Amino acid sequence: MTQYILRRLLTMIPTLLLISFVLFGILELAPGDPTGALPETIRPEVRQQIREAMGLDDPFLFKYGKWLRQFFICEPILLVEQSWDTNFAFDNSFCKTRLASWSSRGVPVFDMISERFPQTMWVVGTAYLLAILIAVPLGVLSAAKQYSWFDQVGTFFSIVGYSLPTFFTGILLIIIFSVKLPEYLDLDQPIFPSIYNTTLKVTDWNSFVKQVRQMAMPVAVLALFQAAALARYTRSSMLDNLPLDYVRTVRAKGFKESYVILSHVLRNSLIPVVTLIALGVPAIFGGAIITEQIFKVNGLGQLLILSIQVNDIPVVQTLIFTFAVLVVFFNFITDIAYGFLDPRIRYE
Amino acid sequence: MAVQTASPDALNLTDTKRETRTLWGDTWLRFRRHKLAMLGSVIFLLLILGTAFGPFFYTVDPKYADTTFVILNGAGPSEEHILGTDDIGRDTLARNIHGGRISLAVGIVAMLVSITLGTMIGLLSGFFPALDNPLMRFTDMMLAIPQIPLLLVISMLFRDTMRRTFGVELGTFLLIVLVIGVLAWMPTARVVRGAVLSVKEKEFVEAATSVGSKRGKIMGRHILPNVLSPIIVSATLGVATAIITESALSFLGLGFPPDVPTWGTLVVEGQGYLDIQPWLSVIPGVLISLAVLSINFMGDGLRDALDPRTRK
Repeated sequence: MTQYILRRLLTMIPTLLLISFVLFGILELAPGDPTGALPETIRPEVRQQIREAMGLDDPFLFKYGKWLRQFFICEPILLVEQSWDTNFAFDNSFCKTRLASWSSRGVPVFDMISERFPQTMWVVGTAYLLAILIAVPLGVLSAAKQYSWFDQVGTFFSIVGYSLPTFFTGILLIIIFSVKLPEYLDLDQPIFPSIYNTTLKVTDWNSFVKQVRQMAMPVAVLALFQAAALARYTRSSMLDNLPLDYVRTVRAKGFKESYVILSHVLRNSLIPVVTLIALGVPAIFGGAIITEQIFKVNGLGQLLILSIQVNDIPVVQTLIFTFAVLVVFFNFITDIAYGFLDPRIRYE
Repeated sequence: MAVQTASPDALNLTDTKRETRTLWGDTWLRFRRHKLAMLGSVIFLLLILGTAFGPFFYTVDPKYADTTFVILNGAGPSEEHILGTDDIGRDTLARNIHGGRISLAVGIVAMLVSITLGTMIGLLSGFFPALDNPLMRFTDMMLAIPQIPLLLVISMLFRDTMRRTFGVELGTFLLIVLVIGVLAWMPTARVVRGAVLSVKEKEFVEAATSVGSKRGKIMGRHILPNVLSPIIVSATLGVATAIITESALSFLGLGFPPDVPTWGTLVVEGQGYLDIQPWLSVIPGVLISLAVLSINFMGDGLRDALDPRTRK
């Protein structure tokens, strides 16, 4: 098992390097000049000095190397050092300057990202967990009672669930919960606010409840979409496994049907479901971008849209690569889960 | 004893329909049995006909800003504008119909791009073992890149160049179609590769090779027709994904320019008026959902109809 884990870790590294290279390459082609927004009255020599200070005219590989160093070495050291309160890395010349955003003058990119990281991860993580918790039992029950009314209704709602685009579900929820319901119930504050209060700090039970309430709608939108797809997949995977011989054997031994399904069929059916969970991670980050736009959550998705609109290349590069790293990391975790579920994989 | 021959009428042979024996006839018969799939096909057909021929019946110009009907003065559905107008007076129904043309066109053409790419890569990958590993690694890498951020970035990068070369509408159309297609071919490639790998072992391929057919000819005339079923299912579902992706792009403001109506743009424009005129966002949203829903039902039905395991 440890060998398997090590092998998976080792393949992560070239994948990440390749992705970062491709990303960096594409963004180098970006038209648009960050010094274009500066006043016209600046003399050309000064403009040139500004360009050199930002490192705009350096050769491509040099810029790429600097960015790689920044991402993989300097920033992690900085993260660690913040808890020890030293400044080792930035005092010597190895990590002299931090990567700065072009639009928010001088604000380090990594500060912006770490500020917004918790919001996105809370919403995305809760949504995905909720989706899995809803979808798997739903799929199992649908398959166990195939063709019953539960199955028909469940299948219909799953197809509807993943056909509705996330922005539409979000808008519908806003109309229902933030506009119409307060009207009918005569409230002055909606139960589920449609605008995220970004300054809310969870310090006690009340603020925790408020946080849950404002997270409820974005999480519901994302979870609905993912749960629908997962439920269908779980159902069809279970249906593939139920007619197999070993199930008949377990039943013939006299066990209860619930034991047969939960202890034997489920474990084997979960294997393709786990694959789908891994493949769904990029999609849920995409969905999070849209949800953050609708509900105005100050997460990574909103940052991405804002920086794309102002052509802020360092932020865009680092942000997309962060997404890619998260995706690869979650793929790695699901590969490990795969190894637990299917012993054959461990000896590949 | 004379042999009694029964007349054809007595045996009811004349009104027996001959059961179709062709692949597609068989598929059609099985497809017809899926009520949801038939419903989906009808809805999708209605949507296409409505958006294609609608403007001939409802001749209001979607781009004309009729300022006598502006929202804040309480302009709702009226006789002149059946579904009301938006905030600068453009007719809602006309914008939805014209938006539908663009959204559906983008969906179908983007699907064609992704299917072509996916089929090519899947064929090459399955047929030439030397190319299999690198192509599949490449596919895996593309799957790991989060799709929407990359879409947004490429859209941002090349939008202005495309607009300058091809004109605003055509340039944006080509850009969006290419971008969606280039990032959606992966599932098709995987499915095609699997199908090719299994068809490759069949005897007729061996026969063709032994007669001396060139490899390209084998791929085109023998393998490709036999892997059409998963390609068709993938294509149908690909249209749905493309429509949703295009709407999401327009929703985030990085698709078509603001005066070109697409269903996604209409949803985002109506967002500011959810409390007074919610139908501005709801109608295009419902249309997108209907389109995608009907396509998903159709795709489901097709997949079941083409599945060899349930064939008698």
